[in-house]
Amino acid sequence: MNDISLKDALKVVGTRPVRPDGVDKVVGRAQFGGDATMPGMIFGATVRSPHAHARIKKINTAKAEALKGVKAVITAADMPEIVSEEAFVGEGPMNFRDLSNNLMARDKVLYDGHVVAAVAASSMSIAKAAAELVEVEYEVLPHVIDEIEAMADGAPVLHDDVFTAGVDPKPTKPSNVAKRVEFAKGDLAAGFAAADKIIERTYKTAPVHQAYIEPHACIAAYNADGQCTVICSSQGQFMVRAYCAKLLGIDISDIRVVPAEIGGGFGGKTLVYLEPLALALSRKAGRPVRMVMDRVDVFRGTGPTSGGTVKVKLGAKKDGTITAADAEIILQAGAYPGSPMGPAAMCCWAMYDIPNARAVGVDVVSNRPKVAAYRAPGAPISTFGTESAVDEMARELGLDPIEMRLKNAAKNGTKALYGPTFQNIGYVETLEAAKAHPNLQAKLGPNQGRGVATGFWFNIGGESSASLAVNEDGTLVLVSGSPDIGGSRASMAMMAAEILGIEVEHIRPIVGDTASVGFTFLTGGSRVTFATGMAVCEATNEVVKQLRGRAAKIWEIDVEAVEWRDGSAYPAGDNAGKFEPLSLADIAAKAARTGGPITAKGAVNAQGAGPGFGTHVVDVEVDPETGHVKVLRYTAVQDVGRAIHPSYVEGQIQGGTVQGIGWALNEEYIYTKDGRLDNASFLDYRVPVASDLPAIDAVLVEVPNPRHPFGAKGVGEVPIVPPMAAVANAICAATGVRMTSLPMSPPKLKAAIDAAGK
Amino acid sequence: MAKTHVTCTINGEETEFLCDPNQTVLDVLRDDLGLTGSKEGCGSGDCGACSITVDGRLTCSCLMLGPEAEGKSIGTIEGVATGDHLHPVQSQFLKHAALQCGFCTPGLIVATKALLEKHPNPTDEEARYWLAGNLCRCTGYDKILAAVHAAAAEMRGESA
Ligand code: FES
Ligand code: FES
Repeated sequence: MNDISLKDALKVVGTRPVRPDGVDKVVGRAQFGGDATMPGMIFGATVRSPHAHARIKKINTAKAEALKGVKAVITAADMPEIVSEEAFVGEGPMNFRDLSNNLMARDKVLYDGHVVAAVAASSMSIAKAAAELVEVEYEVLPHVIDEIEAMADGAPVLHDDVFTAGVDPKPTKPSNVAKRVEFAKGDLAAGFAAADKIIERTYKTAPVHQAYIEPHACIAAYNADGQCTVICSSQGQFMVRAYCAKLLGIDISDIRVVPAEIGGGFGGKTLVYLEPLALALSRKAGRPVRMVMDRVDVFRGTGPTSGGTVKVKLGAKKDGTITAADAEIILQAGAYPGSPMGPAAMCCWAMYDIPNARAVGVDVVSNRPKVAAYRAPGAPISTFGTESAVDEMARELGLDPIEMRLKNAAKNGTKALYGPTFQNIGYVETLEAAKAHPNLQAKLGPNQGRGVATGFWFNIGGESSASLAVNEDGTLVLVSGSPDIGGSRASMAMMAAEILGIEVEHIRPIVGDTASVGFTFLTGGSRVTFATGMAVCEATNEVVKQLRGRAAKIWEIDVEAVEWRDGSAYPAGDNAGKFEPLSLADIAAKAARTGGPITAKGAVNAQGAGPGFGTHVVDVEVDPETGHVKVLRYTAVQDVGRAIHPSYVEGQIQGGTVQGIGWALNEEYIYTKDGRLDNASFLDYRVPVASDLPAIDAVLVEVPNPRHPFGAKGVGEVPIVPPMAAVANAICAATGVRMTSLPMSPPKLKAAIDAAGK
Repeated sequence: MAKTHVTCTINGEETEFLCDPNQTVLDVLRDDLGLTGSKEGCGSGDCGACSITVDGRLTCSCLMLGPEAEGKSIGTIEGVATGDHLHPVQSQFLKHAALQCGFCTPGLIVATKALLEKHPNPTDEEARYWLAGNLCRCTGYDKILAAVHAAAAEMRGESA
């Protein structure tokens, strides 16, 4: 059954069963982060900076503490001072000290919304009133938001201990440029010299938020014996545990983190904002503390992803052969170093086999919330630049954009700019499938245009644990350590059911807390179906082995003479037909007499995740009077390796695509002159709504990944990479106007159309 | 602050509660009545996660104050299924994988049910505009619309 070429032999994988956690979610019974309660719980609230950059001169909590019903007030003075140390706990680079200071500002506030104190009280309204009573004296400092302005001489410097890493010679002065990385191959100068046509452009993207609909929420209890329980919605219960332990100086074994259902994350819930504060408040108050953000706090204090500048230079021959490609990606890290400029640089040319190429990433701090991962971190920003440039080149050379890409496509054996040599990739297959899709036959009318763009994401593996236990009646419980954001419990159960040869309904998959399942890296990087799936398969194979052993014992034959198929043990070889097959239920019923409980664990550090590629084609109509863009048709093709549950794979592609459309057309952080976020609500930060969109046609291409038992590749992140360039390219096709700055909102597009006199 | 005594009907059951005059119906449902199926995504009427019906009318419970519920008949996600029998909107959401994280789902189901009770056969555009007040960040709405149309067909008695 590990022969992935035998797709037709699969009975469960590739079907579309109702997800096991579905009913709870449609009847309103599923428990999300803000739904849990504990006996005696009180309510926490935060005090946030109104300034983009300021020194904290004094905090006076006396009035807040005196308010009736207030149980605890904390500031940075109540949190251990953490030394600078790289953390490998979440997604992307992180430093424990920076995270501690991000949770609760110590000497300086670095952005509007930075937490300076927290209170806990017997009701939410008292907690909010107490937060208002905390008096903070600030010395306001000059601030900077934009990454280019932050790099300029004379810009306000956020940290006096940040010296640009990765440059030679080592700088002697601190600056906002935290780091520079470079990936290069071949000879750029020679490549450009060999080009018939060179395109050079600078692109700009606005900072955007992940905008999960569930605000951050947790409840935390610090018991008198030092034992802690945290129930929260996050992308990794082990991540929350590790951060709480480190930031509060508690042993890991004293903290139990119970994963609640998570109402969307997209990378934004791969770090902590509330949990350590709630625990610190609980420790001080002696009561469990619940903290739930409101939407304004979510926008001001969490997430977002970088805004950035992408400088692209591209050279090609008349026939479309790319001879040289260069990109510099400058990304805002927010208040502390750690933008996704690395993956941005690594991904931006990965779709192409280019002899001479370079990608440079630059990490720049500025007075915005510390950025968090957002779906394929960095890649959508850099790829907006590179895929816009490739489109412009195709247009200049009079080539079809898909043909241009086919001509230069990365294939098996292509050595990627960032190092590895690709194997079993399906980029060309996505281009071919897009070309063949009926949507590309649709006739376009006036002011309508078609745009193509492609994208890449690595997908990752990493550490995962799972355990499987056979119940007394032959049903099973499957525990894994991966929070399920988009239906992964279903795919875990399906893989186990496929191996066991039983119906998926006989397996109950759950997400374990940190005390009931082995360590599992967080849900991110499109790793769960791949890596946790491998742990599940390992555990299931072991259970099958034990089941065969039990049958052998019952029949008193050699285990090698027992075959497992369709959910039952069969005598094989010489013994074939000698005994009646034993079903899972039969064996389970006899477990006590044949050796006791039947359980197994899977624990992997999965390597060999298959990289993902997608090709998107979008048709838009531009209203030249208003600059409004209507998306008419959208085709998103992706190589998914093997779709375990195709509906949820399509769902990932559709959801990622629509986030990309929002990023392209509407979404942006808007700041006032004094550095305050001016649009911290869903009214003013406009994510796509149902009436903005057409159907999103997700097309699955399957080039299996031989490193996974069923051939799965990660799917969640690729789909957000191409849309911005695809939409820009379609707008250019419709209007002749090349938009180089996101979002391509009506006023901006209208101005560009007017300026071009079209 | 003196609490206000309110009598109303919630999911068909007569219910009494005490609330602060400035407390929202959403907070009353979630914090005082244990009906946590309605969610708060924004608290400002922009996301629809808190959708309920008030005398049959689709309403954001985060924008309605507790005392305003006096004498009203309120429907929440907890009242959509009958016992363990799912409403067609619920079963079609499951069948069509119209949820990923599921946080927007209660609001979308309440909104869809309200739509189909009023307009049993909406066009795609009508359905999309009706649901424009319900944000979903996970699905891109595609499968939600498929579920809405399938539920409409089922409720009309057509074989889905
Ligand atoms: S919580 Fe009521 S509309 Fe968002
Ligand atoms: S399913 Fe997550 S917001 Fe809709």
